[in-house]
Amino acid sequence: MKLKGWKEVTPGCVITEAGSAVQFKTGSWRSLKPVFIEENCIQCLFCWLYCPDMAIKVKDGKRAEFDYDYCKGCGICAVECPGKKGNKAIIMVEEGK
Amino acid sequence: MAKVVAVTGNEAVANALRQVNPDVCAVYPITPQTEMMQRFASFISNDLVKTEIILVESEHSSLSACVGASAAGGRVITATSSQGLALMFEILFIASGTRLPIVMPVVNRALSAPINIHGDHSDAMSARDAGWIQLWSENGQEAYDNAIQAFRIAEHMDVRLPVMICMDGFIVSHSIERLEYLEDEEVKNFVGEFKQLNPLLDIEHPVSYGPLILTDYYMEFRKAQDEVNTKVPQIVLDVAEDFAKMSGRKYGLFETYRLDDAEIGLVILNSAAGTSKDVIDEFRDKGIKAGLLKPRLYRPFPYREVGEALKHLKAVCVLDRADAFGSSFGPVYLDIATSLYPYKEKPVLINKIYGLGGRDYLPGHAETVLNELVEIAGTGIPGSLKEYIGVRE
Repeated sequence: MKLKGWKEVTPGCVITEAGSAVQFKTGSWRSLKPVFIEENCIQCLFCWLYCPDMAIKVKDGKRAEFDYDYCKGCGICAVECPGKKGNKAIIMVEEGK
Repeated sequence: MAKVVAVTGNEAVANALRQVNPDVCAVYPITPQTEMMQRFASFISNDLVKTEIILVESEHSSLSACVGASAAGGRVITATSSQGLALMFEILFIASGTRLPIVMPVVNRALSAPINIHGDHSDAMSARDAGWIQLWSENGQEAYDNAIQAFRIAEHMDVRLPVMICMDGFIVSHSIERLEYLEDEEVKNFVGEFKQLNPLLDIEHPVSYGPLILTDYYMEFRKAQDEVNTKVPQIVLDVAEDFAKMSGRKYGLFETYRLDDAEIGLVILNSAAGTSKDVIDEFRDKGIKAGLLKPRLYRPFPYREVGEALKHLKAVCVLDRADAFGSSFGPVYLDIATSLYPYKEKPVLINKIYGLGGRDYLPGHAETVLNELVEIAGTGIPGSLKEYIGVRE
């Protein structure tokens, strides 16, 4: 992306475009990565509800994959996940392992 | 038709604000500003103005509320003095960096410690590099006129910067003077309808204020802000010209008094300029070519124009009602020295610190300084470059 010069920036750093955060991929900030274990998922969608970065996708009303372009690895989803019979459907693993 | 009244400086500015009828005023009381906002609050209570007033718990909060209301899309005011301005310090930079046209009278008062409630310029001088436009006022009339012009300057689409209107605490804020009010309708037409720029409350066009700007863009925003400052002096002059057509009162970037053919001169801000002009008249009567320059637009400082106005003199004294500790000289001296530096032929420049904490500036002080300048003009050699005057040994 070509960076703007000083004559092109908006007065007072105001962002005039809605939803522009989508252009800023934050996935590289992650040191811990959530991993989805589908057989332990009860489709409660707590993870989708709690994710602060809209990085959990839902397709046809069902839990889909993580959006790793934006997931910062905060781990809230893994904490909130009730799992099935004591087994979490989301676990955090170290990046690069 | 102008209405002639006898009012305090605070009352005059409160009336200017009433005539402008801003949308929001978030304010916290502090001496010597309190009377201004007490009067303005009574205008609201008496339904003479439609402004929504927000009473907050500190000046940090008052200016923060102003930032929010201005970003939301309102015409916004507050007012403060001294410690209140100091408490606003963090938000001053946010208001200017976000380019919000907030208008704020600053009733100049000394800073603590030691605590003191009287007039000096250490408050506004401490905030001189905060990115706000500063208009300084000699008396109640100038404070009233500057307050009205401030809205046009701040809200100009090529500017969008906050403005402080500076006036001396007690000496001007609490002294009753004769001055002329404009008609309400004239002021209303002069300032015009407030035009919004990227208002947060326009839900059809969502915007975000206050993003994190890191190494890739921070300098571009700062350069853009610097560039805006270069446009301010011409806009201040344009607004002053329109104001003169309506009121008959003329304003420039600064006022010169008997300066054109002067050999010695004083540079002095605000109320003490009046005293100095009287003494300059006495020196002129004695055949001594003395003159004066009183800055009005102090930020952004019109370096080129000031340099041009002063370069022909032999000796000049800059009188500062604040010291800039650690920089060796008073703040106005530093700016005047910068203005004159590019010229090969320039006056000898000395600095006097006077009137701190409301200490009286008397005709005798101006006389002593002018006599010293006469001597320096003759020899070309200054004594001490910087001295406190009116101080006990």
